[in-house]
Amino acid sequence: MDLQTLTYLTIGLSFALYIGIAIVSRASSTGDFYVAGKHVHPIANGMATAADWMSAASFISMAGLIGFLGYEGGMYLMGWTGGYVLLAMLLAPYLRKFGKFTVPEFIGDRYYSQLARVVAVICLIFISFTYVAGQMRGVGIVFSRFMEVPIETGLYMGMGVVFIYAVLGGMKGVTYTQVAQYCVLIFAYTVPAVFIAINVTGNPLPQIALGSELLDGSGYLLDKLDHTLVDLGFGAYTTPFNDKSMIDVCAITLALMVGTAGLPHVIVRFFTVPKVRDARISAGWALLFITLLYTTAPAVGALSRLNLIATVNGAEGTGTAYAIMPEWFKTWEDSGLLAWFDHNDDGKVQYAAGKVFAGDGKPEFADDQRGSHRERLTTNPGQGDIVGNAPFANELYVDRDIMVLANPEIAGLPNWIIALIAAGGIAAALSTAAGLLLVISSSISHDLLKSTFARNISEKQELMAGRLAAGVAIAIAGYLGLHPPAFVAQVVAFAFGLAASSLFPVILMGVFNKRMNKWGAISGMLTGLTFTLAYIIYFKGVFIEPFAANIPENWILGISPEGAGVIGMALNFIVATIVARNTAPPPAHIQQLVDDIRVPR
Amino acid sequence: MNKQQTAYWRANIRLISGCLLVWFIVSFGCGILLVDFFNQFQLGGYKLGFWFAQQGSIFTFLVLIFFYALRMNALDRRYGVSED
Repeated sequence: MDLQTLTYLTIGLSFALYIGIAIVSRASSTGDFYVAGKHVHPIANGMATAADWMSAASFISMAGLIGFLGYEGGMYLMGWTGGYVLLAMLLAPYLRKFGKFTVPEFIGDRYYSQLARVVAVICLIFISFTYVAGQMRGVGIVFSRFMEVPIETGLYMGMGVVFIYAVLGGMKGVTYTQVAQYCVLIFAYTVPAVFIAINVTGNPLPQIALGSELLDGSGYLLDKLDHTLVDLGFGAYTTPFNDKSMIDVCAITLALMVGTAGLPHVIVRFFTVPKVRDARISAGWALLFITLLYTTAPAVGALSRLNLIATVNGAEGTGTAYAIMPEWFKTWEDSGLLAWFDHNDDGKVQYAAGKVFAGDGKPEFADDQRGSHRERLTTNPGQGDIVGNAPFANELYVDRDIMVLANPEIAGLPNWIIALIAAGGIAAALSTAAGLLLVISSSISHDLLKSTFARNISEKQELMAGRLAAGVAIAIAGYLGLHPPAFVAQVVAFAFGLAASSLFPVILMGVFNKRMNKWGAISGMLTGLTFTLAYIIYFKGVFIEPFAANIPENWILGISPEGAGVIGMALNFIVATIVARNTAPPPAHIQQLVDDIRVPR
Repeated sequence: MNKQQTAYWRANIRLISGCLLVWFIVSFGCGILLVDFFNQFQLGGYKLGFWFAQQGSIFTFLVLIFFYALRMNALDRRYGVSED
């Protein structure tokens, strides 16, 4: 069977599975819709959390990111897993004991304030929508590359499937589809990784292969990668702090950890298990399922970087003629995620350190015009300077997002594996999108309508409102996917900073600091959110021109906007504590509530 | 809170502090702040500091959560606040 038929078949089957599950697990009450009736087994919840958490970015982009960053890739690995330790010990069990439906609901009750609740809803919606836009972009990339349909068609299909199971099944439907999606995505991720690990090192476990010797007898894989990269003018792969300072790596890692623990769609998953102790152990299961992918990713990243260099520069290391480049090179070039400019006019593609194209380094294509070698013409070539003691200037632009998707093709693996990768990427994107859409819709129907603006609606009406809100949220997410604002990719990373600086501190203080009151919480949340948002806009300029160059000299304490959540979080804690000290302590029944959530029974 | 519950909460805080200390040491300590020191040592083909940053810290996190969950089950029982 050819690749396209296989891909259609695999994706079609996976969609049928998701919809089938949705029909079986329809939600019939608000309890089902918001928290799956609190009947989810801790292991099932662990899988669902893993799928909920691992987004298109984890599946598609992360390995490529690590492959290009080397050591510094570790900040994503540690940051996106370390948060589960915080979640298991500092948040999940107590929120489960509290036992209601949404994160803003906890904040509103604990801080005896509708205002606090509405502020929390605003933070939640802001965090979740920036995040969901990134998922839709992921769906678009996979569809346009593998199914050869226009991005729009692919997006509508994805939206349709999410619509069916999120609107029909609510949290209950989403939970069990996420379990299925986890199985699809982990299988799709690890199978090619194992194949490639065997090909290159003879060891099937990617976690061990990365620290093994190469089969061709050229020594340890990582040493080989270090040498190869240095020869091409890059920093060595395993050497720390090539591109980022130590303090910045610390700040980004911490912001990602705390941000992970503060993401509403992740927290709410722990509302669905039957008991407090299930919430604790479930965080462990979730991290176990995540670890399977997260410890494989560094191997995929390193191997794909090595494969890419070997394929492009060839055995002699002098480059490969464009005319004999393999098929995958040209398909990715057609999709615009890869480009070649022949700086030295030798007809060969060469890969080394340095920017191929001027400006931000991305190619601008001259529509569909072709050059003398049939390559896609570009209009913004750079100077073609040679970096360090590299033998030639860099001529190849590779979007990091294609590394995982292109890896099986680069390594020459069979078609069914490539089809599997496509289904896995879509599963990762859809599961996260559904989780996000659900927290958005429940915060609207439950926190804004039922508890604030339309208190006297019946449960049936509330359920209907939840479904409507989910439908509207999907439409908005789809719009963002169709017309991705240029800053989407950057903004997704900032969702963590916003979660770290707004929601995480107030929930933490709600459990661990009895003296914290509503004025402290509200001023803390607003300070954290405003500071982090301002810091990001100041240097990155979302919607407007940045106020200052995004360079280390301008940053506070050398912390980049990606790590700004840490400063925002510190400010949140400080402001909240000072304000709470100078205002009335929380009433007795609230102190009673805190005592109550601290013990399981 | 009665006496029993206060003691339970203290024990919980102690356990969390210990776990988070390990959490900090493996990630920020071995993986970032002292990475150059640990990179002098090899673990197979891995430099040790690099291994902590990209593999070791994650495995430790995993062990930590399961350890915490099991210890807490024991504490729940000892202080009479278990759910069953």
